[in-house]
Amino acid sequence: MDITVNILMTIATAATPLLIAAIGELVVERSGVLNLGVEGMMVMGTIGGFGAAYLTGNPWIGLFAGIALGAIFSLLFAVMTLSLATNQVATGLSLTILGLGLSGMMGTNFVGLPGERLPNLYIPVLTDIPVIGRLLFGQDPIFYMSIVLVIAVAWFLFRTRTGLTLRSIGDSHTSAHALGIQVIRYRYLAVVFGGACAGLAGAHLSLVYTPQWVENMTAGRGWIALALVVFASWRPLRVLAGAYIFGAVWIGQLHAQAFGIPVPSQFLSSLPYLATIVVLVLISRNKRLTMMNTPASLGQPFVPDR
Amino acid sequence: MKKLLIALAATAATLSFAATVQAQEKLKACWVYVGPIGDFGYSYQHDQGRLAVEKQFGDKVETAYLENVAEGPDAERAFERLARQGCKIIFGTSFGFMDAEVKVAAKFPDIKFEHATGYKMGDNLGIYNARFYEGRYVIGQIAAKQSKAGVAGYIVSFPIPEVVMGINAFMLGAQSVNPDFKVKIVWVNSWFDPGKEADAAKALFDQGADIIVQHTDSTAPLQVAQERGLHGFGQASDMITFAPKSQYTAIVDDWGPYYIERIGEVLAGTWKPEDRWEGIKEGAVLMAPYTNLPDDVAAAAKETEAKIAGGWNPFTGPVAKQDGSEWLKDGEVADDKTLLGMNFYVKGVDDKLPQ
Repeated sequence: MDITVNILMTIATAATPLLIAAIGELVVERSGVLNLGVEGMMVMGTIGGFGAAYLTGNPWIGLFAGIALGAIFSLLFAVMTLSLATNQVATGLSLTILGLGLSGMMGTNFVGLPGERLPNLYIPVLTDIPVIGRLLFGQDPIFYMSIVLVIAVAWFLFRTRTGLTLRSIGDSHTSAHALGIQVIRYRYLAVVFGGACAGLAGAHLSLVYTPQWVENMTAGRGWIALALVVFASWRPLRVLAGAYIFGAVWIGQLHAQAFGIPVPSQFLSSLPYLATIVVLVLISRNKRLTMMNTPASLGQPFVPDR
Repeated sequence: MKKLLIALAATAATLSFAATVQAQEKLKACWVYVGPIGDFGYSYQHDQGRLAVEKQFGDKVETAYLENVAEGPDAERAFERLARQGCKIIFGTSFGFMDAEVKVAAKFPDIKFEHATGYKMGDNLGIYNARFYEGRYVIGQIAAKQSKAGVAGYIVSFPIPEVVMGINAFMLGAQSVNPDFKVKIVWVNSWFDPGKEADAAKALFDQGADIIVQHTDSTAPLQVAQERGLHGFGQASDMITFAPKSQYTAIVDDWGPYYIERIGEVLAGTWKPEDRWEGIKEGAVLMAPYTNLPDDVAAAAKETEAKIAGGWNPFTGPVAKQDGSEWLKDGEVADDKTLLGMNFYVKGVDDKLPQ
């Protein structure tokens, strides 16, 4: 029984950063902005989290520094693409490259230092319940944040007026603008929210997953998060499912290997991307479904009154 | 537009001229790294070697490096750039730089080139490598002595000879203590991904291994060992700060002495292209201090280390291949060529080698 609990805990740890980064990007894309800079914002959160936690000795300060750095970094993207109407794809890509380089530079002095770890939750009695105790009450704090985030985003997008407005902007910014909605303001907020989420996801890496700093330690997780958003066809609960499926497949194949079942690990490493392609093909076959879920003005620059 | 081009060309010419003038004052030695120097692993150790050179020669030598250079065609430009900037000796530190370096070396016969872990040589191109497998034999013995379960978890990157050689040396070391020792192998398809390495370590511990060995570059597996109160070995660098209670020892790459020796030869005018494969004996492979170990185990490890330094090869027969067929006869020593192309497991490894 213990091994099952351990495996489930490991899956949760592997899925959490993917989930958080993806849920942030989902909100951004729902507002009609495509930010390919998730990896860059995430790695900024990683270095911010590690640096602040190391310097202050307090991982909680690290957590907030990670969120803040991710958000500030995304502002750069917002100013470029929203105020200056630059190409979103190119700007997002450069944000990733800039983030990887900048974080490496900031982190030169942190290499080779052990970091502070955010402690797992421990509630006496509750955490000690066999099996479900640790799963429900013994995870790291960011795990709980990720679950709350998904529910909050799902509720916000589909159950509030502001959420409806945000989605309408993503579907047609010109119509929304004609109705007097402040398109650019909404999008700024969405992009910064996405940046904060990416920052939190990055901080999870350096504060929970592997408490240390090395260059490029996000190792492509930002890209998986981007793929997840498409995989989930822009629905929050499907992002949750997708992140855990990816996590389970990854951890499962490690266990299969250790158990002696030969699985082609190269194939499994490419599975998230393959699954995304399959989903893309499937949803593009169904026109109605595509229309319903894909933000129609995704990636298009918007300049009021032009 | 044309004017701009001329201006650019003129600037470039002046700059490269300036670089040449500067280089005549000191010997310029240059390095090309595959990863960031901040990886705290393979590239980091090469850069420590470069710093050792600076320290040793002071004013006589100036150094430069390019990090994060992708293997393949991009590498050619990197080498060419350094060659044009007045480097007199250039070290390429990754296997994948081989063809690029061979090409550039042919273009610049007056510049000396050295390539780590490859096998192509030239009139001005030498090769060098370290016998990491010697260290792996030592940690195999330690693992077999310390493991209560008799099972080690082994995290590996890619099925290249270097890695397979390491697994085999580890197993031979372990079997010399406990013939029934088991190893569980997990391929993560990456040299460097702390998250994946940590996941692999957790999976291996969950399945009953109580010692973790890695042929990947991050410190994450040791951190997991520390969290679980279990043990492991560092890779490339001494990783004791990450796992003060869990690291038994680490196989440390020490390139400093080699770089110092070779650059000294360039200064003295005696440099020749050579094929150098050095290990514990020459100090290219170091064992980090033995910690968290009973005295007798540490002493035995030192003894093995001394035996290897004395010229004994861990790949000395009798050794059987995985399927039970004979590989090395009693007393027969594996030749370097077989080792460098190793694509089979020795007996007792319970894994299928990915092809």
